[in-house]
Amino acid sequence: MNTNLFRRRNILSLFIIVFLYIAVQLMSNLGIIDSYIMLNLIIIGINIILAVSLNLITGFTGQFSLGHAAFMSIGAYASAIATTKLEQPFIVGILMAAVSAAVAGVIIGIPTLRLKGDYLAIATLGFGEIVRIIGLNVDYVGGATGLNDIPQYTNWTWIYFMVIATVLIIKNFINSYHGRACIAIKEDEIAAEAMGVNTTYYKVLAFTIGALFAGIAGALYANYFYFIKPDSFGFMKSIDILVIVVFGGMGSILGSIAGAVVLSIISAFLQSIPELRMVVYAVILFLIMVYRPNGLLGKFDLKDLKLFRKGGKVNAGIKGE
Amino acid sequence: MKELLQQVINGLSLGSIYALIALGYTMVYGIINLINFAHGDIYMVGAYVGFAVTTSLHLGFFPSLVISMVVCSILGVIIEKVAYKPIRGSSRIAALITAISVSLFLEYGMMYFVKAETRTFPNVLGKNSLKLLDGSVVIDYKNIYIVAITIILMVALQYIIRRTKAGKAMRAVSLDREAAQLMGVNVDRTISYTFAIGSALAGAAGVLVGVYYTTINPLMGIVPGLKAFIAAVIGGIGVIPGAVFGGLFLGMIETMVSAYGGSLYKDAVAFAILILVLLLRPSGLLGRNIKEKV
Amino acid sequence: MSKKVSLFMSLILMLSLFAGCSSKATGGNSDKIKVGLNYELSGNVATYGQGLVEGIELAFEEINKNSGVLGKQIEMIKVDNKSDNAEAANVSTRLATRDKVVAILGAATSGNTKAATPAAMQNKVPLISASATADDVTVDSNGKVREFVFKTTFSDSFQGVMMANFAYNDLGLKKAAVLIDTTSDYSKGLSKNFQDTYKKLGGTIVTEEAYQAKETDFKAVLTKIKGTNPDVLFVPGYYEEVGLIVKQARELGLNVPILGGDGYDSPKLAEIAGRDALNNVYYSNHYSSQDNTPEVVEFKEKFNKKYGKDPDAFNALGYDLAYFLADALKRAGAADPVKLKDALAATKDFEGVTGKITIDDKHNPVKSITIIQMKDGKPTFLKKLDPQ
Repeated sequence: MNTNLFRRRNILSLFIIVFLYIAVQLMSNLGIIDSYIMLNLIIIGINIILAVSLNLITGFTGQFSLGHAAFMSIGAYASAIATTKLEQPFIVGILMAAVSAAVAGVIIGIPTLRLKGDYLAIATLGFGEIVRIIGLNVDYVGGATGLNDIPQYTNWTWIYFMVIATVLIIKNFINSYHGRACIAIKEDEIAAEAMGVNTTYYKVLAFTIGALFAGIAGALYANYFYFIKPDSFGFMKSIDILVIVVFGGMGSILGSIAGAVVLSIISAFLQSIPELRMVVYAVILFLIMVYRPNGLLGKFDLKDLKLFRKGGKVNAGIKGE
Repeated sequence: MKELLQQVINGLSLGSIYALIALGYTMVYGIINLINFAHGDIYMVGAYVGFAVTTSLHLGFFPSLVISMVVCSILGVIIEKVAYKPIRGSSRIAALITAISVSLFLEYGMMYFVKAETRTFPNVLGKNSLKLLDGSVVIDYKNIYIVAITIILMVALQYIIRRTKAGKAMRAVSLDREAAQLMGVNVDRTISYTFAIGSALAGAAGVLVGVYYTTINPLMGIVPGLKAFIAAVIGGIGVIPGAVFGGLFLGMIETMVSAYGGSLYKDAVAFAILILVLLLRPSGLLGRNIKEKV
Repeated sequence: MSKKVSLFMSLILMLSLFAGCSSKATGGNSDKIKVGLNYELSGNVATYGQGLVEGIELAFEEINKNSGVLGKQIEMIKVDNKSDNAEAANVSTRLATRDKVVAILGAATSGNTKAATPAAMQNKVPLISASATADDVTVDSNGKVREFVFKTTFSDSFQGVMMANFAYNDLGLKKAAVLIDTTSDYSKGLSKNFQDTYKKLGGTIVTEEAYQAKETDFKAVLTKIKGTNPDVLFVPGYYEEVGLIVKQARELGLNVPILGGDGYDSPKLAEIAGRDALNNVYYSNHYSSQDNTPEVVEFKEKFNKKYGKDPDAFNALGYDLAYFLADALKRAGAADPVKLKDALAATKDFEGVTGKITIDDKHNPVKSITIIQMKDGKPTFLKKLDPQ
């Protein structure tokens, strides 16, 4: 591949990114996109960040985490405290959210990532519940009542560029030397270790990066919905995120994006049949797992979109299970 | 001292309920390595079956226990055939999501039919209690029932697994499914047996809890399901006595934490212990250490 | 290339489908008045949401049978918020912008109501909750009233203060133990106000213990509480757990008076706790379901006819909420959200099953409080306290 070509591709993708942003912003200003669609776009955006970041941990590095909502809640609380109690601008809130979630990721990751498979899943689930219970009992963050009147800073611009940043950073991480080490761990941890990959380091690294972005998603969430409480980040929330990842396809960033979009649409449709909503949701989930166990886009990813390809078959090893 | 004794009794009765649910969990995990999230919901269905049998057919405690066990074991087999068999070859995570979808289906399917409200289980066991030390220590007869039934079921289960042919097949399948198949074990049938027995235990637990605590609702399975799973892990997942030990251990820990001033953080302590156990002895307190295969 | 194009096409298609699906709602100038219901129909507090909706549906059915409001039928748009903040905000936005409802009823809990508030405020649609009890639902942190938000139930502070006074002054009990539901802001709010007032009066709080909603075994904390020898046990919670707490407390020989709030009001309380355990239990409520006033008797009959069971507090609050809205609509003279808001704010002496409601300048109801004593499982009227 020659340099000229992928420069053009980069320009093209940049163009599409900017175009989409302006298009939605314009439609929003003109009132074609009303506040309901905007709200759903924001929810989709937050879910994309959550799913892509969990995909890095679970889909690419193969570490089964059921505690992703805990990092989101740490980020949400950090940003809420920064913007409400300390009256800082939103960017400080986002930074605090990212840093505190990443620190939590390191603290939780170092001991638990020695575990494998289901055991790791349970340990992370346990950590998630511990975070929630602490939130319920600490009066500084409002206990069960949660934090109120958080300023609404999150808007289309913030969401859009945070989603783009998350996708690009995680995609580039995966395509880097470090990313390939992570994928090697997923494929065969023992072999990876034998080949000289520092497995603990890379597992904790992937976990921390995932936690960091989950924290950012939490900040966006807190500063959009005005109000947070510990029960919004329970273990069902972690499961919801995992469902997006698996539904879209493990180890496929594009899959996570598609999963977040499709599941939000399904959820919006099902609002009209409240009594049977969860039953239908369960059936859809089940059918996807049976007929497409690799998810919607299990073996298909950004790299397959020629638009984003950087060249060659360097990453041919990245495939969903 | 009296208070401590009372707390020990409280812990035992809470623990034996966890143990009963954990037994089924551990069996299913042992054989197909699936965290069967729907197990807690089968327990909920068991409670509703018991409720229906006692309120509309006016049968006593033991008939309703047996009917509920039978219904649940059929349900367990159906779930296995319909939901888990097709995804047996898929990744662990796909299996887990499937289990979650089954769990949601049972919870909200039940809620659609019976509504979210709490139902009150009729008191079919009377309400006698044993008062010791001038009434300062109280043992409900239902506690004794629960502990006794848990122990009986555990012993029966151990017998089935250790002494019968089906049990031998279960152990073979859990050790190495392919090798078992080559040796002529009918794997599908063995897995069905496992689900039938595990779900029957959940059904029994559902009726016992219904009678003991008197309230049932469609989402009642979530928390005990999770707790029972923790219990199974603490005891060593896949190990029958481990599940009972883990259940009692967890019940006792929770009770003691509440007893000594930590009720606000009771569940956090339970999870912290879980994580400690996982880190120090990942195969559980009663489990065997399995060397990693390369 | 074709793959790329088809993928993008499908993404765009999905988005447009999404836009299309939600734009089916038409304007509000038809012969019907649209009212949005934003309730917890699934998720962990589904019991409360479903209870309220039962009451609301019964009331609107009656209203529609009696030729509706302002000559128009009421059309309910019932949407589930899964007991989740984000979903509550989502539903509230949908109801306000897509379905163009004249008012949003709900949500059941204070938290979800708060989450639903911004959408109502931005789109200028009145939001009324019959069960959100937190003090800051209608008032923001700067003390400013939220213009479009109303509630028809007591604030936590009111009940907590009343019960502390009742325990200390009327019952003359000086040592209280408190057992709260850590997952519920209602429980925490009541407990905080109870403790503050009780201590101010001169009482001591011997211990504060906690449980989580949906738990069933309270023996450990109750044994602990018994060991601290309180004169009275304050359990602000809902009947599902409280029933079990009362039952297990009595089984353990903890026979002190148990006090609580309107969450106790349900025929299920007696079923769960058992009739003989339910003595020496007092709670504050909107009304007494044993009242023989014609409204209460009639409501109970109608409810029983439709649902085959006796109503609980949520059912009654939901029923009143619907009539409360209809009353304001009539006074507003048109199905217009802004006029409706003014009419709601001006509500005076609205007669409901759960008592007389007058909306004060903070959009809270001025409601008298009734203290109920349980005698052998039967709620009996003890006294009525008017708001100061």
